[in-house]
Amino acid sequence: MSLLRVEGIGKSFNGIKAVDDVSFVVEEGSILGIIGPNGAGKTTLFNLVAGAITPDTGSVQLDGADVTGFAPHRISRAGMARTFQLMKPFTSMSVLDNVAVAAMAAGASRREAPRLAADVVERLGLTRWRDARSDGLPTAGLKRLELARAVASRPRVLLLDEVLAGLVPTERVPVMELLETLRTRDGVTLVFVEHIMAAVMRLSDSVLVLDQGRVLTAGKPEEVTRDPRVIEAYLGEEPSGAGS
Amino acid sequence: MTATTPRTSGTTAASPLPRPIWRRHLIALAVLTVVLVPLPLVLPDAQQSVAVRVLVFAIMAIGWNVMSGFGGMFSFGHAAYFGLGAYVSVWLLVERGVSPWIGMLAGMVAAAAFALLIGFLSLRYRLKGAYFALATFAFAEMLRLIAVNSDLVNRAVGYNVPLRPGSSWAFIQFAPGSPNYFWIALALTSLALLVSILFLRSRTGRFTLAVRDDEQAAAAVGIPVMRTKLVSIALSAAITSVAGTFYVQYFFFVDPDVAFGSSVSIQAILPAVIGGVATIWGPVVGAAVLGPLNDITATLLRNPPAALDFLQGRAGLDVIVYAVLLILIVLLLPQGIYGAIRERVGRR
Repeated sequence: MSLLRVEGIGKSFNGIKAVDDVSFVVEEGSILGIIGPNGAGKTTLFNLVAGAITPDTGSVQLDGADVTGFAPHRISRAGMARTFQLMKPFTSMSVLDNVAVAAMAAGASRREAPRLAADVVERLGLTRWRDARSDGLPTAGLKRLELARAVASRPRVLLLDEVLAGLVPTERVPVMELLETLRTRDGVTLVFVEHIMAAVMRLSDSVLVLDQGRVLTAGKPEEVTRDPRVIEAYLGEEPSGAGS
Repeated sequence: MTATTPRTSGTTAASPLPRPIWRRHLIALAVLTVVLVPLPLVLPDAQQSVAVRVLVFAIMAIGWNVMSGFGGMFSFGHAAYFGLGAYVSVWLLVERGVSPWIGMLAGMVAAAAFALLIGFLSLRYRLKGAYFALATFAFAEMLRLIAVNSDLVNRAVGYNVPLRPGSSWAFIQFAPGSPNYFWIALALTSLALLVSILFLRSRTGRFTLAVRDDEQAAAAVGIPVMRTKLVSIALSAAITSVAGTFYVQYFFFVDPDVAFGSSVSIQAILPAVIGGVATIWGPVVGAAVLGPLNDITATLLRNPPAALDFLQGRAGLDVIVYAVLLILIVLLLPQGIYGAIRERVGRR
């Protein structure tokens, strides 16, 4: 059975359909990449799936259970975590405390949370900033902190909203490697929105292309990037050169 | 405390985890309490009432700080909770002969319940910032107007605490100037601080800070935002109500303005802001500075020493000087007195 099943989900703002009748399934342990031009509705789709916005139509099922319209904290506790495109650290806390709070919210006790958090922090390469206040971190650190917090909440499904954006190429590689180990070692299922095509090609088992709120096409990464409609709507003439 | 082993013995990580700061706060609290116990025996009578007032302000501000400092929800209506603590206990005492200790508990429950109600309504309709503050102010005013217009609580007349023949611990009544008042206020203040330290250390306390820093991120990691906020609001109200109950017993009198007036709300805010918002010790430091400062400016300017004789008889001057001093403190130490010291010393 598919771990995450989204069916016919849709949302309008002031009569404009930001997301319209989008369906997809994600198998346990697989990685789905979501691409599309700016304004295609990728972040809105995430917000609908993660409960930040209530959908007008459609349903979200997590491991067979209907979680449509659940509050975000309930969806998180049901096993689906997310990161934010614009980083949202708990600015008054150290990096360790940021992650420890997430561990506690996922059920860790006050005593064990710092230890669990320290492990996650180390794994994400944040050790040198561990005891620093999170508002002093550079972008690369904040991106990793977003990821660390999500990992600490022990998700089965992880929704990643542009975790690579704003990183220079040398910073991207370790994050991509980390995402791969999350899948292979921890069995986490990943859904990620990304503009950097190299990452999409490398990580995804399948790719969903959104355009103007609708599914343009879906399939294996190599097939999708050859699709003339995708090239026209998003990739442009050179498939490998897109993204920022 | 240098030789104690770290509690995180299970880790194999390169550097040890930072030690929890809670024990330091608890030790400081215990030491401070013990040191202050003999204070009324050495203070002259006039100063003793200043000391008691300082403690009452401290309790109010410790309560305010839980919701508005740690919780980040600015309340301009803590008079509601102070007033409920005062009125519930004095009503039970005068009309039913119930001990103010029980009245104190009843006041805490009433204040927490009322806080939950207005907190839920304000958050349900997504009031934020200035609008949230105005809503809390409006609810406090509502209670004041109800009290003024209600025969049940003697309208604008309020209540006098009936005098008893002897002194009584059970009814918190002693001879004027008795050090017992100070000791009770000190115990209540220490308890309030203890509760706020333990709260901040608890899961819900950690969640409260997370929700204050970023609601969306907090919800995304699984923190129930509304419930977390309501817990801090209810706790905040209960602590502040204790100050109200004690205040009535100490001054033998309450009326709607004394209990629910907007100046009461300001008195809950000021010590925390002057001392340092969202710090454990800020409200206490603020109260300890403000109480005497107010008193000194008043005595100095109303009965000036010979050198300042020209100031004699200028009504209101003391309030102006007090206000200017407050402005100076806020300008020079935007994080409050304790906040600034903490920043200097460079530890959290």
